[in-house]
Amino acid sequence: MSFLRIENLTKRYTSDVEVLTNINVNVEKQDFLVLVGPSGCGKSTLLNLIAGLDEVTSGAILIDNKDVVNEAPANRDIAMVFQSYALYPNMSVRENITFGLEMRKVPKDERIRKSEEAGDILQISHLMDRKPSALSGGQRQRVAMGRALVRDPAIFLFDEPLSNLDAKLRVDMRTEIKKLHKTLGATIVYVTHDQIEAMTLATKIAVMNGGVIQHLGTPHEIYYKPANLFVASFMGSPSMNILEVDVTEGVNNKPELVLDTGEGDLVRISLPEVNIAPGHYLMGLRPEHVSDVDSVAKESDEFARFTSKVEVVEPAGADTYVVLPLGSENIVARVNGEVEVEPGDSLELAINLKRIHFFDKESGERISTEVVE
Amino acid sequence: MIFTHNAKVVRACLYLILLVFCLFYLMPLYVMITNSFKPLSEIRGGQMLALPDIFTFLPWASAWSTAQIGVEPTGLRPYFLNSVIMVVPAVAISVVLGALNGYVLSKWRFKGDRIVFGLLLFSCFIPFQIVLIPMAKILGVIGIAGSTPGLVLVHVVYGVGFTTLFFKNYYEGFPTELIRAAQLDGAGFFRTFTRILLPSSGPIIVVSVIWQFTNIWNDFLFGVSFSDLDSMPITVALNNLVSSSTGVKEYNVHFAGAILAALPTLVVYIVSGRYFVRGLMAGSVKG
Repeated sequence: MSFLRIENLTKRYTSDVEVLTNINVNVEKQDFLVLVGPSGCGKSTLLNLIAGLDEVTSGAILIDNKDVVNEAPANRDIAMVFQSYALYPNMSVRENITFGLEMRKVPKDERIRKSEEAGDILQISHLMDRKPSALSGGQRQRVAMGRALVRDPAIFLFDEPLSNLDAKLRVDMRTEIKKLHKTLGATIVYVTHDQIEAMTLATKIAVMNGGVIQHLGTPHEIYYKPANLFVASFMGSPSMNILEVDVTEGVNNKPELVLDTGEGDLVRISLPEVNIAPGHYLMGLRPEHVSDVDSVAKESDEFARFTSKVEVVEPAGADTYVVLPLGSENIVARVNGEVEVEPGDSLELAINLKRIHFFDKESGERISTEVVE
Repeated sequence: MIFTHNAKVVRACLYLILLVFCLFYLMPLYVMITNSFKPLSEIRGGQMLALPDIFTFLPWASAWSTAQIGVEPTGLRPYFLNSVIMVVPAVAISVVLGALNGYVLSKWRFKGDRIVFGLLLFSCFIPFQIVLIPMAKILGVIGIAGSTPGLVLVHVVYGVGFTTLFFKNYYEGFPTELIRAAQLDGAGFFRTFTRILLPSSGPIIVVSVIWQFTNIWNDFLFGVSFSDLDSMPITVALNNLVSSSTGVKEYNVHFAGAILAALPTLVVYIVSGRYFVRGLMAGSVKG
């Protein structure tokens, strides 16, 4: 049995506004579940429902096999870190950290001992007597985590905890949260809109959109086998290129991809390893899987070359992003940063055929192309 | 350097005008204070604006403890105490209720909360005169007509609308995440209020206390309508002192009495006035 189980959870605000539809999630002990999606997708609402800060319309939430839907937030054995940190402005750091323990009538010497432990772990021992207003953003973040830490809850909830920090601090704190997860062996549910945060932290990701979980899986699954077009284009930066393509039957009954490279040239690419019926599809191609021929050849023995005229060049250090037309669309390719290229140049690129995705044109669902042996 | 010279002239004019206005506004206070220290004969001599020739505390002593109020020569002292006994609980109760209302209406929203708030707000705009008769009836039914508790009730009922408005607006700007954090930490409804909200409510408490104190202390209409001799507040007593129609008009005693009646509100303003503006602003700017 999973540690946190969410079963058929639905949340409606008025009879016709449905914010969450039929959510099912299982989280094991020591899992790090990240809820990710664009604003308004319902991820924060889901977190609030788990916390008990909002009322469930229907469905069940089980923590350690106990249905907590009708429990008060304080009785759910959870602790939450808020986006705004929500530190009590009138209390010192120590009082902030121990307030939850005080409310739970933990004896004073134990409260102090626990706050000192948390202070050591989070390196805020020297700040214990300060007021939150005298702390920097990163320090406040640590105090907020300390407040959750001392409670030693079954589940930690994080609501976009890093979004108020500057870019550098965000990366540092990300690493620290990951470390904390490892050392504490904590079970965490974490909300973010940042897909890089999701990829780096999670053991499990739930990509949400429109109040529905689009895909629940490991970061690897989400990235390499996205369940549908939304997941494919939401995860990854720059996002996946989507092209309309035809697949026909080619040599040896193997499928053949017909690609219009512009200027009326039709390129036929045989796909021997791909199991797909002929038809009209949407094809997904991540920028790193359209690259200079050398880079692609290193990764894959199956690739198709094409040449196109470069429109925009965006150097990013190690890599260079190149925007160029392929068929009727402009696509982004990621080439080695050492390749010298200017707008207007003709550039020969290769597509890694092992890493192309197909989606149904109507539903946007992923089409499994694995060869059934 | 002609420019700075001009600027200096302008500035001087500005201060001159301000000074004139100041004097204009301070004139009545000056008249009251100087005349309250004069023997009556000096005032009758027509020298209203002059400083006292003979400086005397007698009018003050008389106003406080021996002047004729109605039929009794008690001075204002018992009525001053009446006012204190009425104002302190009325202010305390209305501010506490307003704070709780504001807390609930901003952070514990319930179905119909807007209507409740709307009605409370509406109560701020009901003229006193309209409620006199129904209020008299209610006080009679409860059995506290003509008593200090009756006046306290009337002022609490009338004040709660204002204090609720103040606290609700103030708490509206208070981050809801703090309330939620307290909930998760295991603090209940009242504990969250006393430990998290109240410690941050200083400015708005000051505003509410000043507002309620001055309104209730200065109230005349409710005082004259709903009190009897034992519970009469100082405003009514002052009126009785000044408008008694028998004997000689003791202007110096009247002036002293008026100052005595106004003193508490003056003190409250001087002590906490600077928080007043700050508190009024706090709610609006933060949001």
